[in-house]
Amino acid sequence: MTISAPVEDIEIELLLEALNQRYHYDFRHYARASIRRRLTQARIQLGFASLSAMQEALLHDAALLPRLLNYLTVQVSEMFRDPGYFRALREQVVPHLKTYPSLKVWVAGCSNGEELYSLAILLREEGLYDRTLFYATDINPNALVAAETGIYSLDLIRRFTENHQKSGGRSSLSDYYRADHGRAVFDRTLRERVVFSDHSLVTDAVFSEMHLISCRNVLIYFDRDLQDRAVGLFRDSLVRHGFLGLGSKESLRFSAHSAAFTEFVRDEKIYLRQGA
Amino acid sequence: MIPGPIRAVVVGASAGAVEALLTILPQLPDGYPAPVLVVVHVPPDRDHALVALMDPRCRVRVKEAEDKELAEPGTVYFAPADYHLLVETEGTLALSSDELVNYSRPAIDVLFESAAHAFGPDLLAIVLTGANEDGAEGLLAVCQAGGTALVQDPASAMAATMPQAALRACPSAQIADMDGIVAALRAAGGAA
Ligand SMILES: C[S@@+](CC[C@H](N)C(=O)[O-])C[C@H]1O[C@@H](n2cnc3c(N)ncnc32)[C@H](O)[C@@H]1O
Repeated sequence: MTISAPVEDIEIELLLEALNQRYHYDFRHYARASIRRRLTQARIQLGFASLSAMQEALLHDAALLPRLLNYLTVQVSEMFRDPGYFRALREQVVPHLKTYPSLKVWVAGCSNGEELYSLAILLREEGLYDRTLFYATDINPNALVAAETGIYSLDLIRRFTENHQKSGGRSSLSDYYRADHGRAVFDRTLRERVVFSDHSLVTDAVFSEMHLISCRNVLIYFDRDLQDRAVGLFRDSLVRHGFLGLGSKESLRFSAHSAAFTEFVRDEKIYLRQGA
Repeated sequence: MIPGPIRAVVVGASAGAVEALLTILPQLPDGYPAPVLVVVHVPPDRDHALVALMDPRCRVRVKEAEDKELAEPGTVYFAPADYHLLVETEGTLALSSDELVNYSRPAIDVLFESAAHAFGPDLLAIVLTGANEDGAEGLLAVCQAGGTALVQDPASAMAATMPQAALRACPSAQIADMDGIVAALRAAGGAA
Protein backbone atom coordinates (compact mmCIF):
# COMPACT_ATOMS: atom_id res chain seq x y z
CA MET A 1 0.00 0.00 0.00
CA THR A 2 1.30 3.45 -0.88
CA ILE A 3 -0.06 6.34 1.08
CA SER A 4 -0.23 9.49 -1.00
CA ALA A 5 -1.83 12.68 0.26
CA PRO A 6 -2.59 13.12 3.96
CA VAL A 7 -6.19 12.13 4.72
CA GLU A 8 -7.18 15.65 5.58
CA ASP A 9 -6.05 16.94 2.20
CA ILE A 10 -8.27 14.40 0.51
CA GLU A 11 -11.15 15.31 2.78
CA ILE A 12 -10.77 18.97 1.89
CA GLU A 13 -10.81 18.18 -1.84
CA LEU A 14 -13.91 16.07 -1.44
CA LEU A 15 -15.75 18.53 0.73
CA LEU A 16 -15.11 21.39 -1.69
CA GLU A 17 -16.21 19.14 -4.53
CA ALA A 18 -19.43 18.30 -2.67
CA LEU A 19 -20.09 21.94 -1.94
CA ASN A 20 -19.67 22.77 -5.59
CA GLN A 21 -21.70 19.91 -7.02
CA ARG A 22 -24.51 20.12 -4.52
CA TYR A 23 -24.80 23.88 -3.93
CA HIS A 24 -22.74 25.54 -6.68
CA TYR A 25 -20.46 27.31 -4.28
CA ASP A 26 -17.04 26.84 -5.77
CA PHE A 27 -14.17 27.23 -3.32
CA ARG A 28 -11.90 24.77 -5.12
CA HIS A 29 -9.55 27.49 -6.28
CA TYR A 30 -9.40 29.54 -3.15
CA ALA A 31 -6.00 29.90 -1.46
CA ARG A 32 -5.78 26.54 0.22
CA ALA A 33 -3.92 27.30 3.44
CA SER A 34 -6.58 29.74 4.55
CA ILE A 35 -9.43 27.41 3.49
CA ARG A 36 -7.83 24.63 5.51
CA ARG A 37 -7.75 26.80 8.62
CA ARG A 38 -11.31 27.88 8.19
CA LEU A 39 -12.61 24.40 7.53
CA THR A 40 -10.83 23.13 10.61
CA GLN A 41 -12.36 25.93 12.63
CA ALA A 42 -15.82 25.10 11.24
CA ARG A 43 -15.39 21.40 11.94
CA ILE A 44 -14.49 22.04 15.57
CA GLN A 45 -17.09 24.70 16.26
CA LEU A 46 -19.89 22.86 14.46
CA GLY A 47 -18.94 19.73 16.38
CA PHE A 48 -17.86 17.26 13.71
CA ALA A 49 -15.25 14.59 14.34
CA SER A 50 -13.85 14.83 10.84
CA LEU A 51 -14.20 16.81 7.65
CA SER A 52 -15.76 13.74 6.04
CA ALA A 53 -18.49 13.76 8.67
CA MET A 54 -19.07 17.43 8.02
CA GLN A 55 -19.25 16.72 4.30
CA GLU A 56 -21.86 14.05 4.80
CA ALA A 57 -24.01 16.33 6.90
CA LEU A 58 -23.64 19.11 4.38
CA LEU A 59 -24.76 16.93 1.49
CA HIS A 60 -27.93 15.90 3.27
CA ASP A 61 -28.81 19.04 5.20
CA ALA A 62 -29.00 22.31 3.31
CA ALA A 63 -29.47 24.17 6.58
CA LEU A 64 -25.79 23.63 7.27
CA LEU A 65 -24.79 25.56 4.17
CA PRO A 66 -25.19 29.16 5.40
CA ARG A 67 -23.38 28.27 8.61
CA LEU A 68 -20.51 26.79 6.71
CA LEU A 69 -20.42 29.78 4.37
CA ASN A 70 -19.86 32.00 7.36
CA TYR A 71 -16.65 30.12 7.99
CA LEU A 72 -15.54 29.81 4.40
CA THR A 73 -15.99 33.48 3.61
CA VAL A 74 -14.21 36.07 5.66
CA GLN A 75 -16.38 38.93 6.85
CA VAL A 76 -13.71 41.25 8.14
CA SER A 77 -14.25 44.83 7.06
CA GLU A 78 -14.38 48.45 8.20
CA MET A 79 -15.77 51.70 6.93
CA PHE A 80 -13.11 53.68 5.12
CA ARG A 81 -10.68 50.82 5.70
CA ASP A 82 -7.26 52.04 4.60
CA PRO A 83 -8.20 55.74 4.58
CA GLY A 84 -5.46 56.48 2.04
CA TYR A 85 -7.37 54.48 -0.54
CA PHE A 86 -10.51 56.55 -0.07
CA ARG A 87 -8.49 59.75 -0.04
CA ALA A 88 -6.97 58.78 -3.36
CA LEU A 89 -10.42 58.04 -4.78
CA ARG A 90 -11.63 61.40 -3.55
CA GLU A 91 -8.70 63.44 -4.76
CA GLN A 92 -7.65 61.65 -7.90
CA VAL A 93 -10.53 59.56 -9.21
CA VAL A 94 -13.56 61.73 -8.38
CA PRO A 95 -12.43 64.57 -10.72
CA HIS A 96 -12.65 62.09 -13.60
CA LEU A 97 -15.94 60.66 -12.43
CA LYS A 98 -17.37 64.19 -12.43
CA THR A 99 -17.06 64.29 -16.21
CA TYR A 100 -19.73 61.60 -16.65
CA PRO A 101 -23.43 62.49 -16.63
CA SER A 102 -24.27 59.19 -14.94
CA LEU A 103 -22.16 56.65 -13.11
CA LYS A 104 -22.14 53.00 -12.18
CA VAL A 105 -20.09 51.79 -9.25
CA TRP A 106 -19.64 48.13 -8.34
CA VAL A 107 -18.54 47.02 -4.89
CA ALA A 108 -17.59 43.38 -5.46
CA GLY A 109 -17.34 41.34 -2.27
CA CYS A 110 -19.18 43.98 -0.23
CA SER A 111 -19.33 41.91 2.98
CA ASN A 112 -21.61 43.60 5.53
CA GLY A 113 -21.69 46.82 3.55
CA GLU A 114 -18.93 48.84 5.18
CA GLU A 115 -17.15 49.55 1.91
CA LEU A 116 -20.40 50.31 0.10
CA TYR A 117 -21.52 52.89 2.66
CA SER A 118 -18.06 54.42 2.63
CA LEU A 119 -18.28 54.95 -1.12
CA ALA A 120 -21.87 56.15 -0.94
CA ILE A 121 -20.91 58.74 1.68
CA LEU A 122 -17.81 59.75 -0.25
CA LEU A 123 -19.74 60.26 -3.49
CA ARG A 124 -22.44 62.15 -1.66
CA GLU A 125 -19.83 64.45 -0.15
CA GLU A 126 -18.44 64.97 -3.62
CA GLY A 127 -21.84 65.74 -5.10
CA LEU A 128 -21.97 62.62 -7.26
CA TYR A 129 -24.35 60.41 -5.33
CA ASP A 130 -27.50 61.44 -7.19
CA ARG A 131 -26.12 60.45 -10.55
CA THR A 132 -24.67 57.14 -9.38
CA LEU A 133 -26.11 53.66 -9.41
CA PHE A 134 -24.34 51.25 -7.06
CA TYR A 135 -24.12 47.49 -7.28
CA ALA A 136 -23.12 45.73 -4.09
CA THR A 137 -22.47 42.03 -4.55
CA ASP A 138 -21.31 39.12 -2.46
CA ILE A 139 -21.78 35.37 -2.24
CA ASN A 140 -22.60 35.26 1.45
CA PRO A 141 -26.37 35.70 1.89
CA ASN A 142 -26.05 36.72 5.54
CA ALA A 143 -23.58 39.42 4.58
CA LEU A 144 -25.89 40.74 1.88
CA VAL A 145 -28.75 41.01 4.36
CA ALA A 146 -26.49 42.82 6.82
CA ALA A 147 -25.31 45.16 4.06
CA GLU A 148 -28.85 45.97 3.10
CA THR A 149 -29.74 46.61 6.74
CA GLY A 150 -26.85 49.01 7.35
CA ILE A 151 -26.68 48.64 11.11
CA TYR A 152 -23.37 48.42 12.95
CA SER A 153 -22.42 48.20 16.57
CA LEU A 154 -21.73 51.62 18.07
CA ASP A 155 -18.42 50.26 19.39
CA LEU A 156 -17.13 50.28 15.85
CA ILE A 157 -18.16 53.83 15.09
CA ARG A 158 -15.22 55.51 16.68
CA ARG A 159 -12.85 53.64 14.40
CA PHE A 160 -15.05 54.29 11.37
CA THR A 161 -15.18 57.99 12.24
CA GLU A 162 -11.41 58.22 12.54
CA ASN A 163 -10.99 56.49 9.20
CA HIS A 164 -13.55 58.77 7.59
CA GLN A 165 -11.72 61.85 8.83
CA LYS A 166 -8.39 60.51 7.61
CA SER A 167 -9.91 59.82 4.21
CA GLY A 168 -10.55 63.55 3.85
CA GLY A 169 -14.23 63.38 4.82
CA ARG A 170 -15.95 66.70 4.31
CA SER A 171 -18.81 66.00 6.66
CA SER A 172 -19.25 64.26 9.99
CA LEU A 173 -19.95 60.56 9.89
CA SER A 174 -22.64 61.16 12.49
CA ASP A 175 -24.64 62.98 9.82
CA TYR A 176 -25.31 59.58 8.27
CA TYR A 177 -26.51 57.44 11.14
CA ARG A 178 -28.60 57.64 14.27
CA ALA A 179 -27.71 55.85 17.49
CA ASP A 180 -30.26 53.36 18.69
CA HIS A 181 -29.74 50.93 21.57
CA GLY A 182 -26.01 50.59 21.13
CA ARG A 183 -26.30 50.40 17.38
CA ALA A 184 -25.63 52.86 14.59
CA VAL A 185 -28.45 52.77 12.07
CA PHE A 186 -27.31 54.18 8.76
CA ASP A 187 -29.49 56.52 6.77
CA ARG A 188 -31.69 54.66 4.33
CA THR A 189 -31.18 57.31 1.67
CA LEU A 190 -27.61 56.01 1.38
CA ARG A 191 -28.94 52.85 -0.15
CA GLU A 192 -31.71 54.29 -2.29
CA ARG A 193 -29.51 53.95 -5.32
CA VAL A 194 -27.99 50.58 -4.47
CA VAL A 195 -28.77 47.20 -5.99
CA PHE A 196 -27.75 44.39 -3.62
CA SER A 197 -27.18 41.13 -5.35
CA ASP A 198 -25.84 37.64 -5.01
CA HIS A 199 -22.98 37.43 -7.49
CA SER A 200 -19.89 35.27 -7.50
CA LEU A 201 -16.64 36.35 -9.07
CA VAL A 202 -15.91 32.66 -9.56
CA THR A 203 -18.97 31.52 -11.43
CA ASP A 204 -21.05 34.50 -12.56
CA ALA A 205 -20.75 36.79 -15.57
CA VAL A 206 -20.55 40.45 -16.46
CA PHE A 207 -23.83 42.22 -15.72
CA SER A 208 -23.29 45.88 -16.52
CA GLU A 209 -20.80 48.53 -17.63
CA MET A 210 -19.04 50.17 -14.72
CA HIS A 211 -17.09 53.37 -14.23
CA LEU A 212 -15.58 52.27 -10.95
CA ILE A 213 -15.14 48.82 -9.47
CA SER A 214 -13.95 48.50 -5.90
CA CYS A 215 -12.99 44.96 -5.00
CA ARG A 216 -10.87 44.89 -1.90
CA ASN A 217 -9.52 41.94 0.04
CA VAL A 218 -11.38 39.39 -2.01
CA LEU A 219 -8.82 38.43 -4.66
CA ILE A 220 -6.32 37.73 -1.90
CA TYR A 221 -8.37 34.62 -1.06
CA PHE A 222 -8.16 33.27 -4.63
CA ASP A 223 -5.40 31.32 -6.30
CA ARG A 224 -3.73 32.82 -9.38
CA ASP A 225 -6.08 31.21 -11.92
CA LEU A 226 -9.12 32.39 -10.10
CA GLN A 227 -7.66 35.87 -9.72
CA ASP A 228 -7.22 35.94 -13.48
CA ARG A 229 -10.83 34.93 -13.95
CA ALA A 230 -12.08 37.68 -11.65
CA VAL A 231 -9.81 40.35 -13.11
CA GLY A 232 -10.97 39.30 -16.60
CA LEU A 233 -14.50 39.94 -15.41
CA PHE A 234 -13.50 43.40 -14.20
CA ARG A 235 -11.75 44.13 -17.47
CA ASP A 236 -14.89 43.24 -19.39
CA SER A 237 -17.14 45.18 -17.01
CA LEU A 238 -15.29 48.49 -17.10
CA VAL A 239 -15.83 51.29 -19.55
CA ARG A 240 -12.73 52.53 -21.32
CA HIS A 241 -10.78 54.52 -18.73
CA GLY A 242 -12.88 53.07 -15.94
CA PHE A 243 -11.24 52.54 -12.55
CA LEU A 244 -10.47 49.41 -10.58
CA GLY A 245 -9.50 49.61 -6.91
CA LEU A 246 -8.01 46.63 -5.07
CA GLY A 247 -6.96 45.92 -1.49
CA SER A 248 -3.66 47.21 -0.18
CA LYS A 249 -1.88 43.85 -0.56
CA GLU A 250 -3.42 42.95 -3.90
CA SER A 251 -2.08 43.93 -7.30
CA LEU A 252 -2.31 43.21 -11.00
CA ARG A 253 1.44 42.71 -11.25
CA PHE A 254 1.22 39.00 -11.96
CA SER A 255 -2.19 39.06 -13.60
CA ALA A 256 -2.77 37.62 -17.07
CA HIS A 257 -4.73 40.80 -17.74
CA SER A 258 -2.20 43.32 -16.49
CA ALA A 259 -1.79 44.73 -20.02
CA ALA A 260 -5.42 45.85 -19.99
CA PHE A 261 -4.75 48.19 -17.08
CA THR A 262 -2.29 50.89 -16.08
CA GLU A 263 -1.44 51.93 -12.57
CA PHE A 264 -3.36 55.06 -11.70
CA VAL A 265 -2.55 55.51 -8.02
CA ARG A 266 0.20 53.02 -7.51
CA ASP A 267 0.42 52.92 -3.72
CA GLU A 268 -3.34 52.63 -3.30
CA LYS A 269 -3.74 49.92 -5.93
CA ILE A 270 -6.03 51.95 -8.14
CA TYR A 271 -5.88 50.97 -11.81
CA LEU A 272 -7.15 52.48 -15.04
CA ARG A 273 -8.75 50.36 -17.73
CA GLN A 274 -7.00 50.92 -21.04
CA GLY A 275 -8.93 51.22 -24.28
CA ALA A 276 -9.39 47.97 -26.12
CA MET B 1 19.68 17.26 17.71
CA ILE B 2 18.49 18.99 14.57
CA PRO B 3 17.61 16.42 11.90
CA GLY B 4 18.40 16.58 8.15
CA PRO B 5 17.93 19.43 5.72
CA ILE B 6 15.19 21.89 6.46
CA ARG B 7 13.02 23.58 3.87
CA ALA B 8 11.95 26.55 5.92
CA VAL B 9 12.34 28.39 9.19
CA VAL B 10 9.46 30.14 10.93
CA VAL B 11 9.95 32.61 13.75
CA GLY B 12 7.46 34.26 16.07
CA ALA B 13 8.15 37.14 18.42
CA SER B 14 6.29 39.85 20.25
CA ALA B 15 7.42 42.18 23.07
CA GLY B 16 11.20 42.45 22.82
CA ALA B 17 11.18 41.20 19.23
CA VAL B 18 13.33 43.93 17.74
CA GLU B 19 16.29 43.36 20.03
CA ALA B 20 16.06 39.60 19.70
CA LEU B 21 15.86 39.70 15.92
CA LEU B 22 18.70 42.20 15.74
CA THR B 23 20.81 39.63 17.56
CA ILE B 24 19.78 36.70 15.42
CA LEU B 25 19.12 37.74 11.84
CA PRO B 26 22.43 39.51 11.11
CA GLN B 27 24.20 36.26 11.92
CA LEU B 28 22.56 34.33 9.12
CA PRO B 29 25.09 33.76 6.35
CA ASP B 30 24.62 35.05 2.86
CA GLY B 31 22.78 32.42 0.84
CA TYR B 32 21.18 30.77 3.85
CA PRO B 33 19.61 27.66 2.27
CA ALA B 34 16.04 28.13 3.50
CA PRO B 35 13.50 30.94 3.59
CA VAL B 36 12.89 32.47 7.03
CA LEU B 37 9.30 33.55 7.67
CA VAL B 38 8.76 35.90 10.58
CA VAL B 39 5.70 37.09 12.42
CA VAL B 40 6.17 39.96 14.82
CA HIS B 41 3.17 41.50 16.55
CA VAL B 42 2.93 45.07 15.39
CA PRO B 43 0.10 47.57 15.80
CA PRO B 44 -2.17 47.55 12.71
CA ASP B 45 -1.79 51.21 11.86
CA ARG B 46 1.95 51.51 12.04
CA ASP B 47 3.47 50.20 8.88
CA HIS B 48 6.30 48.64 10.65
CA ALA B 49 9.84 49.68 9.99
CA LEU B 50 11.26 46.23 10.68
CA VAL B 51 12.33 45.58 7.11
CA ALA B 52 14.05 48.93 6.84
CA LEU B 53 15.73 48.31 10.17
CA MET B 54 16.88 44.76 9.51
CA ASP B 55 17.77 44.72 5.83
CA PRO B 56 20.91 46.88 5.98
CA ARG B 57 22.17 44.90 8.96
CA CYS B 58 21.72 41.46 7.43
CA ARG B 59 23.62 39.43 4.89
CA VAL B 60 20.44 37.66 3.84
CA ARG B 61 17.78 39.59 1.95
CA VAL B 62 14.99 41.01 4.13
CA LYS B 63 11.59 41.99 2.76
CA GLU B 64 7.90 42.21 3.52
CA ALA B 65 5.99 39.10 2.49
CA GLU B 66 3.80 39.53 -0.57
CA ASP B 67 0.75 37.50 -1.41
CA LYS B 68 1.48 34.53 -3.71
CA GLU B 69 5.22 35.05 -3.98
CA LEU B 70 7.46 32.03 -3.79
CA ALA B 71 9.41 31.88 -0.54
CA GLU B 72 13.04 31.82 -1.65
CA PRO B 73 16.05 30.61 0.29
CA GLY B 74 18.39 33.25 1.62
CA THR B 75 15.49 35.57 2.32
CA VAL B 76 13.74 36.73 5.47
CA TYR B 77 10.06 37.56 5.02
CA PHE B 78 8.15 39.65 7.53
CA ALA B 79 4.37 39.47 7.77
CA PRO B 80 2.91 42.87 6.91
CA ALA B 81 0.98 44.75 9.58
CA ASP B 82 -2.71 43.80 9.76
CA TYR B 83 -2.42 40.64 7.62
CA HIS B 84 -1.92 37.05 8.58
CA LEU B 85 0.96 35.32 6.84
CA LEU B 86 0.52 31.71 5.75
CA VAL B 87 2.51 29.38 3.56
CA GLU B 88 1.01 27.05 0.98
CA THR B 89 2.18 23.48 0.41
CA GLU B 90 3.96 24.54 -2.82
CA GLY B 91 6.00 26.98 -0.75
CA THR B 92 4.28 30.17 -1.87
CA LEU B 93 3.31 32.78 0.67
CA ALA B 94 -0.27 33.81 1.28
CA LEU B 95 -1.69 36.80 3.12
CA SER B 96 -5.15 36.97 4.60
CA SER B 97 -7.24 39.48 6.47
CA ASP B 98 -9.04 36.85 8.54
CA GLU B 99 -10.15 37.65 12.06
CA LEU B 100 -7.60 38.37 14.76
CA VAL B 101 -6.14 35.25 16.33
CA ASN B 102 -4.92 35.58 19.92
CA TYR B 103 -5.85 39.26 19.63
CA SER B 104 -3.36 39.70 16.83
CA ARG B 105 -3.04 39.94 13.12
CA PRO B 106 -0.55 38.76 12.06
CA ALA B 107 -0.65 35.79 14.42
CA ILE B 108 2.17 33.35 14.99
CA ASP B 109 -0.17 30.37 15.32
CA VAL B 110 -1.56 30.97 11.84
CA LEU B 111 1.90 30.97 10.25
CA PHE B 112 3.17 28.01 12.26
CA GLU B 113 0.15 25.81 11.60
CA SER B 114 0.28 26.40 7.87
CA ALA B 115 4.04 25.82 7.82
CA ALA B 116 3.70 22.62 9.86
CA HIS B 117 1.33 21.34 7.22
CA ALA B 118 3.42 22.54 4.29
CA PHE B 119 6.83 21.37 5.49
CA GLY B 120 6.19 18.63 8.05
CA PRO B 121 9.51 17.41 9.46
CA ASP B 122 11.53 19.75 7.26
CA LEU B 123 10.69 22.78 9.34
CA LEU B 124 12.46 24.64 12.12
CA ALA B 125 10.12 26.74 14.26
CA ILE B 126 11.36 29.23 16.81
CA VAL B 127 9.36 31.03 19.49
CA LEU B 128 11.09 34.08 20.92
CA THR B 129 10.31 36.66 23.56
CA GLY B 130 6.75 37.92 24.02
CA ALA B 131 4.13 38.90 26.55
CA ASN B 132 1.22 36.81 25.28
CA GLU B 133 0.54 33.19 24.38
CA ASP B 134 0.47 33.34 20.61
CA GLY B 135 2.66 30.68 19.00
CA ALA B 136 2.02 27.95 21.55
CA GLU B 137 -0.60 26.10 19.54
CA GLY B 138 1.32 26.63 16.37
CA LEU B 139 4.44 25.18 17.91
CA LEU B 140 2.44 22.16 19.01
CA ALA B 141 1.32 21.66 15.41
CA VAL B 142 4.96 21.85 14.32
CA CYS B 143 5.94 19.19 16.88
CA GLN B 144 3.07 16.95 15.84
CA ALA B 145 4.10 17.20 12.21
CA GLY B 146 7.60 16.12 13.17
CA GLY B 147 9.25 19.50 12.76
CA THR B 148 11.94 20.89 15.04
CA ALA B 149 10.67 23.20 17.77
CA LEU B 150 12.98 25.65 19.46
CA VAL B 151 12.04 28.05 22.23
CA GLN B 152 14.01 30.93 23.63
CA ASP B 153 14.99 30.26 27.21
CA PRO B 154 12.40 32.23 29.18
CA ALA B 155 15.16 33.35 31.54
CA SER B 156 16.95 35.08 28.67
CA ALA B 157 13.82 36.52 27.09
CA MET B 158 12.81 40.12 27.60
CA ALA B 159 9.23 38.86 28.07
CA ALA B 160 8.93 35.29 29.29
CA THR B 161 5.20 34.62 28.83
CA MET B 162 5.34 33.56 25.22
CA PRO B 163 8.27 31.14 25.47
CA GLN B 164 6.76 29.72 28.66
CA ALA B 165 3.41 29.11 27.01
CA ALA B 166 5.15 27.51 24.03
CA LEU B 167 7.04 25.15 26.33
CA ARG B 168 3.86 24.21 28.16
CA ALA B 169 2.13 23.39 24.88
CA CYS B 170 5.11 21.60 23.44
CA PRO B 171 7.28 20.17 26.25
CA SER B 172 9.51 18.33 23.80
CA ALA B 173 10.73 21.63 22.32
CA GLN B 174 14.40 22.45 22.69
CA ILE B 175 15.32 25.41 24.86
CA ALA B 176 18.13 27.75 23.91
CA ASP B 177 19.54 31.16 24.72
CA MET B 178 20.36 33.60 21.93
CA ASP B 179 23.69 31.95 21.09
CA GLY B 180 22.02 28.56 21.03
CA ILE B 181 19.33 29.81 18.70
CA VAL B 182 21.87 31.25 16.31
CA ALA B 183 23.83 28.00 16.42
CA ALA B 184 20.71 25.95 15.74
CA LEU B 185 19.77 28.15 12.82
CA ARG B 186 23.22 27.85 11.32
CA ALA B 187 23.30 24.10 11.92
CA ALA B 188 19.88 23.68 10.32
CA GLY B 189 21.22 25.61 7.37
CA GLY B 190 24.15 23.25 7.08
CA ALA B 191 26.79 25.68 8.41
CA ALA B 192 28.77 25.26 11.62
C1 LIG C 1 -12.52 40.14 3.69
S1 LIG C 1 -14.08 40.53 3.03
C2 LIG C 1 -13.74 42.10 2.28
C3 LIG C 1 -14.77 43.13 2.58
C4 LIG C 1 -14.51 44.51 1.99
N1 LIG C 1 -14.43 44.47 0.54
C5 LIG C 1 -13.24 45.09 2.57
O1 LIG C 1 -12.20 45.16 1.91
O2 LIG C 1 -13.28 45.54 3.71
C6 LIG C 1 -14.23 39.40 1.67
C7 LIG C 1 -15.63 39.32 1.08
O3 LIG C 1 -15.59 38.64 -0.18
C8 LIG C 1 -16.71 37.80 -0.29
N2 LIG C 1 -16.45 36.79 -1.30
C9 LIG C 1 -15.75 35.64 -1.16
N3 LIG C 1 -15.77 34.93 -2.30
C10 LIG C 1 -16.47 35.67 -3.20
C11 LIG C 1 -16.83 35.46 -4.57
N4 LIG C 1 -16.48 34.37 -5.23
N5 LIG C 1 -17.55 36.42 -5.20
C12 LIG C 1 -17.93 37.55 -4.54
N6 LIG C 1 -17.61 37.79 -3.24
C13 LIG C 1 -16.90 36.85 -2.58
C14 LIG C 1 -16.89 37.29 1.11
O4 LIG C 1 -18.18 36.77 1.33
C15 LIG C 1 -16.60 38.54 1.94
O5 LIG C 1 -17.75 39.27 2.15
